[in-house]
Amino acid sequence: MSNVIETHDLAKVYKMGEVEVHALRGVSFAIQRGEVVAIMGPSGSGKSTLMNMLGCLDRPTSGEYFLDGEAVASLTDDQLADIRNRKVGFVFQSFNLLSRQTAITNVELPLRYSGANNGGRRQRAIEALKAVGLEDRMTHRPYELSGGQQQRVAIARAIVNNPAIIMADEPTGNLDSKVGQEIMNLLLNLNKEIGTTLIIVTHDPRIAEQTQRIIRLKDGLLDGDA
Amino acid sequence: MTIGQAFLEALESLSGNKLRSGLTVLGIVIGVAAVIAMLAVGRGAEASITGSISGIGTNLLFVFRGDPGDNIRNPEPLTLGDAEALRDQFAAPSVEAVAPALQGSGTVSFGGEQTMPQIFGVTPEYFQVRNYNITEGEFITEEHILGRASVVLLGPEVAEKLFGHSDGVTGETVRIEGQPFRVIGVLESKGGGSFGSQDNVVIVPFTTAQTRLIRRSTSDRVDIIFVQAVSGDVVTQASEEIAAILRTRHRTPVGADDFTIFTQQDLLSTFQSITGILTIFLGGIAGISLLVGGIGIMNIMLVSVTERTREIGLRKALGARKRDILTQFLTESSLLSLIGGMIGIAFGWLISYLVGRIAEASGTAFTPVVGIDAILLATIFSAAVGLFFGIYPASRAANLEPVEALRYE
Repeated sequence: MSNVIETHDLAKVYKMGEVEVHALRGVSFAIQRGEVVAIMGPSGSGKSTLMNMLGCLDRPTSGEYFLDGEAVASLTDDQLADIRNRKVGFVFQSFNLLSRQTAITNVELPLRYSGANNGGRRQRAIEALKAVGLEDRMTHRPYELSGGQQQRVAIARAIVNNPAIIMADEPTGNLDSKVGQEIMNLLLNLNKEIGTTLIIVTHDPRIAEQTQRIIRLKDGLLDGDA
Repeated sequence: MTIGQAFLEALESLSGNKLRSGLTVLGIVIGVAAVIAMLAVGRGAEASITGSISGIGTNLLFVFRGDPGDNIRNPEPLTLGDAEALRDQFAAPSVEAVAPALQGSGTVSFGGEQTMPQIFGVTPEYFQVRNYNITEGEFITEEHILGRASVVLLGPEVAEKLFGHSDGVTGETVRIEGQPFRVIGVLESKGGGSFGSQDNVVIVPFTTAQTRLIRRSTSDRVDIIFVQAVSGDVVTQASEEIAAILRTRHRTPVGADDFTIFTQQDLLSTFQSITGILTIFLGGIAGISLLVGGIGIMNIMLVSVTERTREIGLRKALGARKRDILTQFLTESSLLSLIGGMIGIAFGWLISYLVGRIAEASGTAFTPVVGIDAILLATIFSAAVGLFFGIYPASRAANLEPVEALRYE
């Protein structure tokens, strides 16, 4: 099995004025293609920082990171943007949909930045919405949808570009437990059907225990990997 | 992202905030409307003024008593002798015709109607020099001059006022200052000039005016001498020749002339410098308005960038490059400004149309011209203003860090 994610001594230092904050102090691990992984840890443990690194939203201060075979640590902003567009699908706690746009336009958004042509874009967006079971809500705007439906649109947006990994940051945090479980089931099903690597950042042990592997962080260091 | 998509998205985003967008473009609307109206009215006025100045006569020079600065004390009046001297073919080869005239005003009445037009006492050359035509009757002749005839030519406006119509009035008798004059003709209309109507006049033989209407202290005195140059090229030369002759006759040294020579060209350039000043003034207003409008756009774009920080973060997370975000916001600001420009063009058009109607209603016929070049200029200028003042907000948006932008509340 190939590693879709490989990190070596990943470290991140933030400068807050005079003070240096070591958010990550050297983290090394690998995630295989198709794995479902939870990242847990108390606040301030470096969980979000790690997620930003893995999602290519930020560069590490030192260390190396390979995503799907590409060395990411030293890329420029625009190259990072391109990697995010092709290899990473994001699911956020607060959905982050464009409120004035319809569901299908929201799902199309990543394709706009990858230069896909108009017809192909529409077709792929429709398929992604079908995959999350929202084919009858395609022209609805976010305020016309329930929280669970909005998160489904966000998941459709995350998978529309066939990414190597899906980064889900507290995907059920804004939903009640029943709907949250539905979203979890959807994510796990997609993982089974498409085989996309799924990384979930969460506080919630009930979410974490549904994954195959839990990476725990504490004070910027690995505190367990099982 | 293609330009078409960026355009559609910008349009959507702007229409999502109609009131704000509307208020933001107001500055640009006013600026562009001012530019359009200014150019249109300026062009119309220039055409009308140029027209009425060339309507005065062809290659014309005016000679008055007194120097332009009023520095010379006791300037010698111009006389018939002066006018006669200017006819000298050898001393003044550039002079084609000379027409001395007396100028005054008085009451002209017929039946119960009366009016106060300008009265000119002239010689037959006057009609040639001033480019007057008649719609009926005849001009003043040498016989009228010699006989001090009580005859008068009416300007069309005077005829209209006294008779209610300006045709078929030849042969009627009107009273000027109570004295009876026989109407021998009616002048053709020259249209309303920009400096007093050239149609609100009556013209009588020079000698008649001299003895019976416009009495002057010295008997051979004239108020103004109209001189026609041989051609447009020699107007300046003619002016020098006239000056030389009058200096000799009035025995004045160079630089202390007690007379003033004014050419049509002088009149034109006076008016051109007035319209030039007006253009600069209005152009300044338009420029300031566009500047203020541009700053308004920048302000709103900055607010919009702040408001949409999360959206920008999201777009970046989904793969938008700096260039994509820059394009998005620049498209928005230039579209905003361009819409303002379009509305401004419509407004400017309306204003110049109204100015034209008002001018027409007040008797000065002049047509404001909204040219294609003015519209192009305004369009390009407003888009450029939006682009320029959009650069700073857009680059701020493009340079946001995705992590921080996503975390922004």
